[in-house]
Amino acid sequence: MQTEIVISGFGGQGVLFAGQLLSYAAMDRGKNVTWIPSYGPEMRGGTANCTVVVSDEEIGSPLARNPEAVVVMNLPSLDKYEPLVKPGGVLVINQSMVDRKAKRNDIRVVYIKGNDIAEELGNKRLTNMVMIGGLLANHPFLTLEDMEKALKEHLPAKHQKLLEVNYQALRRGAEYKA
Amino acid sequence: MTKELMKGNIAIAEAAIRAGLQAYFGYPITPQTELLEWMSARMPELGRAFVQSESELGAINMVYGAACTGKRVMTSSSSPGVSLMMEGLSYIAGTEVPMVLVDVMRGGPGLGNIAPSQSDYNQIVHGGGHGDYHTICLAPSSVQESIDLTVLAFDLAEKYRAISVVLTDGSLGQMMEPGELPPMQPLKTKFSDWAVSGTEGRERRFLSSIYIDPPAEEVINLRLLRRWQQIQASEVRYKDYYLDDADFAVVGFGSVGRIALSAVRTARAEGIKVGLLRPVTVSPFPTQQISELATRVKGILVTEMNSGQMLDDVNLAVAGKVPVEFFARLGGVVPFPDEILAEIRRMATSDLKLEGHPRDRWLARMAA
Repeated sequence: MQTEIVISGFGGQGVLFAGQLLSYAAMDRGKNVTWIPSYGPEMRGGTANCTVVVSDEEIGSPLARNPEAVVVMNLPSLDKYEPLVKPGGVLVINQSMVDRKAKRNDIRVVYIKGNDIAEELGNKRLTNMVMIGGLLANHPFLTLEDMEKALKEHLPAKHQKLLEVNYQALRRGAEYKA
Repeated sequence: MTKELMKGNIAIAEAAIRAGLQAYFGYPITPQTELLEWMSARMPELGRAFVQSESELGAINMVYGAACTGKRVMTSSSSPGVSLMMEGLSYIAGTEVPMVLVDVMRGGPGLGNIAPSQSDYNQIVHGGGHGDYHTICLAPSSVQESIDLTVLAFDLAEKYRAISVVLTDGSLGQMMEPGELPPMQPLKTKFSDWAVSGTEGRERRFLSSIYIDPPAEEVINLRLLRRWQQIQASEVRYKDYYLDDADFAVVGFGSVGRIALSAVRTARAEGIKVGLLRPVTVSPFPTQQISELATRVKGILVTEMNSGQMLDDVNLAVAGKVPVEFFARLGGVVPFPDEILAEIRRMATSDLKLEGHPRDRWLARMAA
């Protein structure tokens, strides 16, 4: 079994780190995983995305033209990735940064006010974890517990005090079902 | 040992350190820079030599000098930087001292871009520097292989007094994947009988690539060539997938090799009996294996991120025994599996022909 996930947004929204945490969680579950960032002459505020592939067998391509699940953190990412989600797949939209609905009806769409929820929790940098909670609730290739374990083991030491609020962010996001 | 999630560039750097790297010289260039950055922190921490040189020319000539001491030395760069090193590489080959070069290829020619490419194949495999010499060239397709082949590169360089190149690309360098690092090897303390290390108590040794007398230079050239024959006979490595009952075969190396694997699996699921041969050493090239493959399949598809540089080597191995087809993306564009899948389907359903050149046919399709 293989699944491909794209997480896309502005640089600084925690897009790449969210993908890395998924990768750690998958690795700790004994799965094969690849994480590949978009890279180029990038800058803060520019677009950033990463592709994560999780599989039980040796992974071929680390990139997927039509990923099963996409998390979009802003409008340019929605415009770019909505047409690419595999039919029947999941699109998780950060409604705080996007002022339109999805156009497709052959995919499952989840709307989450990611930034608003993160700010309610006291730290807007938690937006990525809210969105990951929403992703896993609708595409459960990993459990929230897998993610919590990954956070505990891979969040830098200076951020360990934020573990509990990261868990809360995941769970708030997971309340949203397509 | 447990697996760690690592970028390819960093995996190579740490693997080199654990293989007993004693001196690193380099100059930053994207998409290779994390490798040098890792070295800049780790090498001084371990009391080993790290120098960020003033240019790639400086770096390769520092490597040349350090290699003459018989210690484990390396440099790394990306395509335009590797071009600048070609003179030094030729001198190192002519002096018969071992070294490791890592080339994290990017789009070209010229300054090109920083996206992944495989267009240094000819530069590395078929020379680049002047004179008759060959490099051992290892082409990983995953983070784990990046680690394993880096360690192997040092062993082979030493064994054959040769240049070993780890030929990777921007996507493998930037990609993270779980990998298992080897244990830390002790640093070398005993050195070969050619190494210069101070003459106290022994005869003077002399290392050079200058042989003014042509017959003397011919002796060296023949020695290099005989050593290369030995490398060809002993060091070919490749990986095959689903080839046992295959009617068709795909040949691709490095990152394209793994992308092709996705396409091959989908084609198998559709009932097309196709397999994959992925050269792990592109130099020495698995010529015999491909030649043998050509006797039992109906067609071979070569796929690369260059204009068919390895295709020429496949054609020599196939020698017209079976039709060869070609598919490539250029300039830093990475193919998706569905593009290679479409080529496999086309190969499996169309009348393949021996006449004409696969590159010409591919180019005609690209224009269409």
